Amino acid sequence: MLIIPCPYCGERPELEFSYGGQAHIDRPLAPTDLNDEEWNEYLYVRANPKGRHAERWRHIHGCARFFNAVRDTRTDHILATYKVGEPAPEIPA
Amino acid sequence: MFETRIASPFSGESGAITAVAPLGRAVLRCREADIGRVSDKLGLALPQAACRSESNGPNSALWLGPDEWLLLNADMQDGWVPGLAARLDGELCSLVDVSHRQVALSIDGERAEEILASGCALNLSLRAFPVGMCTRTMYARAEIVLWRTGPRSFYLDVWRSFARYVEALLREAESEV
Ligand SMILES: [Zn+2]
Repeated sequence: MLIIPCPYCGERPELEFSYGGQAHIDRPLAPTDLNDEEWNEYLYVRANPKGRHAERWRHIHGCARFFNAVRDTRTDHILATYKVGEPAPEIPA
Repeated sequence: MFETRIASPFSGESGAITAVAPLGRAVLRCREADIGRVSDKLGLALPQAACRSESNGPNSALWLGPDEWLLLNADMQDGWVPGLAARLDGELCSLVDVSHRQVALSIDGERAEEILASGCALNLSLRAFPVGMCTRTMYARAEIVLWRTGPRSFYLDVWRSFARYVEALLREAESEV
């Protein structure tokens, strides 16, 4: 089982968490100004990197808070976790 | 006068696992900036450190999240939650009476940690999970709130519909450890 460090609770077992997809996607402030292609991009198009990926997780069976994590999709190693609203941390290669 | 009793879903009796008498329960949500004032009005300090609890007489506040607490009242007086709500009048917060949504078991004795470890993935050693620590977590496939009330005592709160499932697995574990 993965051990995931919740920014609020500390290290906790994976089974307490749920996955929330790619992080740092801002809802457009004025959706009516977007054309179909831009709206499609916002709703559906996501990165699918082989390597580091900033993504949302929720400590649903713990503090229940959403937070962000940088995970390496090749190894499943979680390199950093941080609170919603904070920028993705710089992680040396 | 009819005497009303609250039906317990729990069945068995054993050395280490006992049903806790009915409690008053409420879930409180409030913003960080209001915690001090809300604590004063409740007469109970809402803990701000993660996974910690505070008690004052029969009342306890268990940290569930940075803006969420489970409030417990050991006296189970009718009107406790409406009384709290009246004291919080004017505050922008949410208080929900969940007294009958959950039921509780007490797990006590030398083997309490081992019995819980049958279905709980947390490190429950006294160093990692000291007295007063509390958290939402999982026991097998059921969400619970676990609170260490003593070096060898745990309080386990579970939604009523999962109560028998959790009880049966705990009693099976007790028979095996
Ligand atoms: Zn957490």
